[in-house]
Amino acid sequence: MSESAPSAPPAPPKRPRRAADGLRPLEGPARASAYVCEAVSCLSAQSHDILLKLGEQVSGAGLKDVEVKRVGCLLLCASGPLVQIPGTGQLFSNVRPDDLDAIVEALADVTPGEQRAPEAPFFSRQRRIATENSGRIDPESLDDYVEKGGFEALRSVLTSMTPAQVREEITRSGLRGRGGAGYPTGLKWNTVAKAVGSPKYVICNADEGDPGAFMDRSVLESDPYRVIEGMAIAAYAVGASEGYVYCRAEYPLAVSRLRKAIHSAGRAGYLGLHILDSKLGFEVDVRLGAGAFVCGEETALIASVQGGRGTPTTRPPYPAVAGLWDQPTLINNVETFANIAPIIRKGGAWFAGIGTSTSKGTKVFALAGRVVNTGLIEVQMGTTLREIVFDIGGGIVDGRAFKAVQTGGPSGGCIPAEFLDMGVDYESLVGVGSFMGSGGMIVMDETSCMVDVARYFMDFCREESCGKCAPCRVGTTQLWILLDRISHGGATLDDLAQMERLGAMVQRTSLCGLGQGAPNPIFSTLRYFRDEYLAHIVDRVCPAGVCAIEPAPVPV
Amino acid sequence: MTKPTLATVWLDGCSGCHMSFIDMDERLLEIAERADIVYSPLVDTKVYPDHVDLCLVEGAVSSEDDLRKIKLIRERTGTLISFGDCAITANVPGMRNPIGVQPLLERAYLENVTLNPGAPTEVVPALLPMALPVHRVVKVDVFLPGCPPSADLIHQSLVDLLEGRTPDTRGARFGR
Amino acid sequence: MTTVHTFRINGSDVAGTDGQSILAVATENGIDIPTMCHLDGLSDTGSCRLCVVEVAGSSKLTPACTTLVSEGMDVSTTSEQLCGYRRTIIEMLFLERNHICAVCVANNHCDLQNLAEELKLDHFELPVIAPKVGIDASHALFAIDHNRCIMCVRCVRVCDEVEGAHTWDVMGSGIGVRVVTDMGTPWGESTSCTSCGKCVQVCPTGALFEKGRSIGEGSKERRPFLPYLKNQAQEPELT
Repeated sequence: MSESAPSAPPAPPKRPRRAADGLRPLEGPARASAYVCEAVSCLSAQSHDILLKLGEQVSGAGLKDVEVKRVGCLLLCASGPLVQIPGTGQLFSNVRPDDLDAIVEALADVTPGEQRAPEAPFFSRQRRIATENSGRIDPESLDDYVEKGGFEALRSVLTSMTPAQVREEITRSGLRGRGGAGYPTGLKWNTVAKAVGSPKYVICNADEGDPGAFMDRSVLESDPYRVIEGMAIAAYAVGASEGYVYCRAEYPLAVSRLRKAIHSAGRAGYLGLHILDSKLGFEVDVRLGAGAFVCGEETALIASVQGGRGTPTTRPPYPAVAGLWDQPTLINNVETFANIAPIIRKGGAWFAGIGTSTSKGTKVFALAGRVVNTGLIEVQMGTTLREIVFDIGGGIVDGRAFKAVQTGGPSGGCIPAEFLDMGVDYESLVGVGSFMGSGGMIVMDETSCMVDVARYFMDFCREESCGKCAPCRVGTTQLWILLDRISHGGATLDDLAQMERLGAMVQRTSLCGLGQGAPNPIFSTLRYFRDEYLAHIVDRVCPAGVCAIEPAPVPV
Repeated sequence: MTKPTLATVWLDGCSGCHMSFIDMDERLLEIAERADIVYSPLVDTKVYPDHVDLCLVEGAVSSEDDLRKIKLIRERTGTLISFGDCAITANVPGMRNPIGVQPLLERAYLENVTLNPGAPTEVVPALLPMALPVHRVVKVDVFLPGCPPSADLIHQSLVDLLEGRTPDTRGARFGR
Repeated sequence: MTTVHTFRINGSDVAGTDGQSILAVATENGIDIPTMCHLDGLSDTGSCRLCVVEVAGSSKLTPACTTLVSEGMDVSTTSEQLCGYRRTIIEMLFLERNHICAVCVANNHCDLQNLAEELKLDHFELPVIAPKVGIDASHALFAIDHNRCIMCVRCVRVCDEVEGAHTWDVMGSGIGVRVVTDMGTPWGESTSCTSCGKCVQVCPTGALFEKGRSIGEGSKERRPFLPYLKNQAQEPELT
């Protein structure tokens, strides 16, 4: 529809695909392709060497019509480096640079035009919206993104929709914040749109800090343009003119790809003044976080963007009303923005048709822990934990017994086996004492000690507490001391009772979500695994054999 | 009818709380009429009696000897009272807690000493890793904060306890 | 034009103007809410959490110092649970560093000590942290003993908002958080410090103190200090 708009700039000319840096471009169209994952986990396993070597070997074998291409995350991260042949759906895992013959051989046999997805349940059970381009495009190529329909949504928004219509479409989709709390995105956009003040800001929260979670990193590394497009659409919908991506500095590749993407999107007219010759002017800049977990909390994030110390402030006022520089500010998570373009392209109703009654669409999870397949997955809301752990995840390593799955990071909880058939959405997770969070999902088996798990997360919280409010600053340390005492066999039942009282107090009185959520791992493990706590305290044994019980309790 | 028995104990403290106890002055006679003082640094008894009704404990639990004593006292005592800040918070004896035992001994007996340097190893009991409030080690029934608790507070609390009431410790505070 | 909001605190009808905090209105009406980080005339941070109150219709507790009044709200400032939480907060503040009232310059002139008495806190149950923290006595006139600091950051605010020097700020995270001068350089080497002493005056405990005074002299005894802070708080119309 938007293609016919008279104001649209001419589409970039088609030219032979430029392969990734360091490779010679093809002269004609490619008969077959090899996709080499260059997201950070494969890169750290030397996937760039593989890319170059594979290029050499392909040329050496005289395969002039074979393209070797850098792509984003191929999802099965723990088995990297990964190389995929999209023509046959073959996925080569744990590839070594000196052992590429099988790939070259397979490339020789590809019939042109065919595209097949890998058949393994790890892939076939997923439903990919936010990560649809991940592992399919070169993340540093704007052409690639545009070829897959990129910026179509922005174009159609600018040429044929009013801001109110955009917000309505997002509201209709039922999309909820993917950062954790699940606040309805449409409602947030409407609040910012109605808030009085100018300029308004759009901030993309890429300060992903949950242990074991890397969804946002992967999206930024694999498909940065999608996030920019989502932000630009949001800017149009709420009337914002400036945007920031707040990304942790521990993600250098994501930051560099994002910066490149912002630069090239700006040159191509997708950012800047008069985007696509419309009235929309929107600039995006990257701000780096210094690794403080609390900066994922929106008020702390804003303080950090402003150049101050990243400490949270009391809400209200909410950022939607008085955020960055006290102006109305829309803050959404990377994954939320990654869902915007598909919703606009295919319609809110389409998105609302996916998922459960309260949680629409899909959710990206970082599946980790004691499962066979660890990596990134995107599944429809309402997919059961059993499907995730046993079908997609391939079950527990070494055939051991499943014990629990931890979701929601340090504010989340552990879900025991009795809830394996529960469909995962925002409400069901809260119902069993956990939390969606940003999407970390850690699977534990019988060799995991739940006291140790709670202690680990409390250790994380006490280090990451900003120290501003007393209950969180002191309480998390005291809770950790109590957990440590339990795990060493030095605690009494009084200590356990005190820990529960203290946890409830910290939950109720802390200033921000970090402190309010910090006791959750304790409460959820106590809810389902109290017997393990009692074993440590009364019998002074660690049933899983993880904790080092000290020979005699020491008075403290 | 026999009178209730009262003991006072001096662990790791400066004896200031006992001074404050003596500051009750003539009211001491009143207390002596109502209770038998059976064990105290102020009276000449060597062995803690088998059963004591009320016991005021001054000082933190700092050494192995303190630990042994307080456990025995708890076993043999009806109402145990943490008497003053050292017993309640470890207070001044607790100032060593952030330092640790070994550096502490080195500082006191090696670095600052010119004559016969060396930490004592015999006769004196070994220090615990931390100076502990009494209630970290045994159950305590009543807390009388203050450094020291005032004679009035001690008197009022003892009278309350002897008359079977929960002591009214309003106005009691840490420090002065 | 100011809008007046009528609402209830502990069942009595009260009125406050737009932009007033629950704490301000409660104080005007003689309703006592314990505070620690709050000081009239300085901005509020809502960090000590002592002044948390219950507002009907909200499951969350809200700090009275940073929550603005609104029409029809129903606030209760005291309940058994709230008192318990406040007592725990005071207990936490005592336990996070090393407070020895008996040997402190602020003994008997200390807000922390007073609140412990007010809230009938007579012993501590929670785990002791007893960290090893230092003293900076490099300044010619003043010193800071971090053992006694409760991170109310009144010093940071008075230095920034009243003196305009911004010598003090906060460094570190979690239990390791500290107030620092000039980005962590010793106080005595600070080039921004004007030696005005306001930080010492507003410190609620014995953390900041004047040098050369003995404990017995009670150097932290409250003088009628910084009167402009009070005036500023009483005359919001001026701004």
